[in-house]
Amino acid sequence: MESLGVLLTFPMNPYLEEELSRRCKVFRLWQSPPERRQEFIRSNAPAIRAIVGNAYVGADAATIDALPNLEIVASFSVGLDKVDLHKCRERGIRVTNTPDVLTEDVADLAIGLAIALLRRICQADRYVRSGEWDKKGDYRLTTRFSGKTIGIIGLGRIGMAVAKRAEGFGCPISYYSRSEKPNTNYKYYSNLIDLAANCNVLIVACPLTEETRHIVNREVLDALGSKGVLVNIGRGPHVDEPELVAALREGRLGGAALDVYENEPHVPEELFGMDNVVLVPHVGSGTNETRKEMADLVLGNLEAHVMNKPLLTPVV
Amino acid sequence: MSPSTPQPPEVLLLRPLLPSFDAALSGKFRFVKTWESPLPLHDYLAQRAASIRVLLCSSLQPVPPDVIDRLPALKLIVGSSVGLDHIDLAACRRLGIAVTNAGSVFTDDTADYAVGLLIDVLRHISASDRYVRQGFWPLMGDYPFSSKLSGKRVGIVGLGSIGSAIAKRLEAFGCPILYHSRTMKQSVSYKYFANVCDLASESDILIISCALTDETFHIIDKKVMLALGKHGVIINVGRGPLIDEKELVKCLMQGEIGGAGLDVFENEPVVPEELFKMDNVVLSGHSAVLTPESFHDLLELITANLEAFFSNKPLASPVAL
Repeated sequence: MESLGVLLTFPMNPYLEEELSRRCKVFRLWQSPPERRQEFIRSNAPAIRAIVGNAYVGADAATIDALPNLEIVASFSVGLDKVDLHKCRERGIRVTNTPDVLTEDVADLAIGLAIALLRRICQADRYVRSGEWDKKGDYRLTTRFSGKTIGIIGLGRIGMAVAKRAEGFGCPISYYSRSEKPNTNYKYYSNLIDLAANCNVLIVACPLTEETRHIVNREVLDALGSKGVLVNIGRGPHVDEPELVAALREGRLGGAALDVYENEPHVPEELFGMDNVVLVPHVGSGTNETRKEMADLVLGNLEAHVMNKPLLTPVV
Repeated sequence: MSPSTPQPPEVLLLRPLLPSFDAALSGKFRFVKTWESPLPLHDYLAQRAASIRVLLCSSLQPVPPDVIDRLPALKLIVGSSVGLDHIDLAACRRLGIAVTNAGSVFTDDTADYAVGLLIDVLRHISASDRYVRQGFWPLMGDYPFSSKLSGKRVGIVGLGSIGSAIAKRLEAFGCPILYHSRTMKQSVSYKYFANVCDLASESDILIISCALTDETFHIIDKKVMLALGKHGVIINVGRGPLIDEKELVKCLMQGEIGGAGLDVFENEPVVPEELFKMDNVVLSGHSAVLTPESFHDLLELITANLEAFFSNKPLASPVAL
């Protein structure tokens, strides 16, 4: 792969960066100041045959247009909303992602967030650390997780993994997706409002597309209601964030646990003071174990491409 | 009350009940509230002892052994917890006093909490929630990577009702389950270890869910922690004294174990302050069972035990003495 010029868009993983530097010629996009990035890309364009991007910086139309020799976009993510797939198809550029390897981590976190939210674990931890337990007595009652009805938006790999884990807690599972899945006993809703009205914990686990942008809007939040809680481990723009903040502020929604936000790394500051939210910084797949597997998958796809072998996880 | 109406039966309380419990039960039972009497406890008990057949324990505060000795008519102690380390069970056995506990009403909440603490410790939920709330994310960039749960080997110390419920939940995460208990359980296929140290050395995670007895006091000592190792995580939803807390703090400070999720402590509500600064621990003030759902079920169980006793029926949740 020594001859392969790779545009690395973001400092996403030290191991991946090290391996890429060892095996290819790497162009580090983030090292140029934002206003000079287009120029950086243009001046190195002849050498760049691959882009390695992630959930923050992928391959938009302008970048793809500026790279006439681009052959492959190997994304260090499962979601490809930062890659212009249409343009890639047009140009015959291959696209790969890192499916499956992060499924377990994201599903684990979804359950962890739901329990932390209902049982107020982060709040209990703050209460103990601030010495209040000793001074003010027991923390207040929280809400049971076992047996609550879980509504899942998007029953793909991650949605299924969330469902399987929640079943271990005796939770009935319902879901919304474009079409009913043939191989499950989970209750299907063809209408998201109906799902939200009939579950206690609504978990967003679908890909971000034109259709699913702001899929969780005011109507859905109101249907979920003051006894319901939202868990988002998908993408920030799945949820209409100002509406979510308003619903929490006005007590129309019971709570929210969020791993993703509309304008990362910015989180609406109004949430910082709320006790019925859990806020984590897009760490769904952020474990050492999974990041290494994702990096190996990116490297494997690039290697397969260079050697004219079938790609490991092609999307386009 | 007219003489023709039978008086509700008497139940002794050493401490106030939750107001909601008091309200729900006081129509059916007549509570003898020791703290309301101006007399010293022993004098008051001496006055009332002849008629007192039932003691209801609403807290985890120890029942002084001499209280039991001073109640010759006592036939039943109704506990409100699963563990009964605050009651002198040997004395009860000797004196023929039946004891009931919380049965399985806390099983689901405690098991949920154990899994919640575990995911929190491994995936840094509370720590990264602090990071976001303090506004660090835009300033300092991505939060460091954490550790994966799925597939990790989970060693459970005490495979009773709660331990089994924890196992069932973690099986759904693809975690191999191992366990230690006094005896091997025939009904499960999980790998059994007669020795806690052996269990620790083959586990990535230890979850403590056994009863506190003389034998299990400090069952998690320095040797067990060293066997668990630098990346190992300990979760305690049992009782504080099951772990040698001083050694736990030392092991955490020296990196001999990877992290801990603790709902119980040796000297509650006092928590070792060294833990307050650590990002690899999650601390909670004995809250695993604090849900309205649990309390509702507990009230029903306490009522069932009291009613069974006073109508000479089998108790709902007796413990083997």
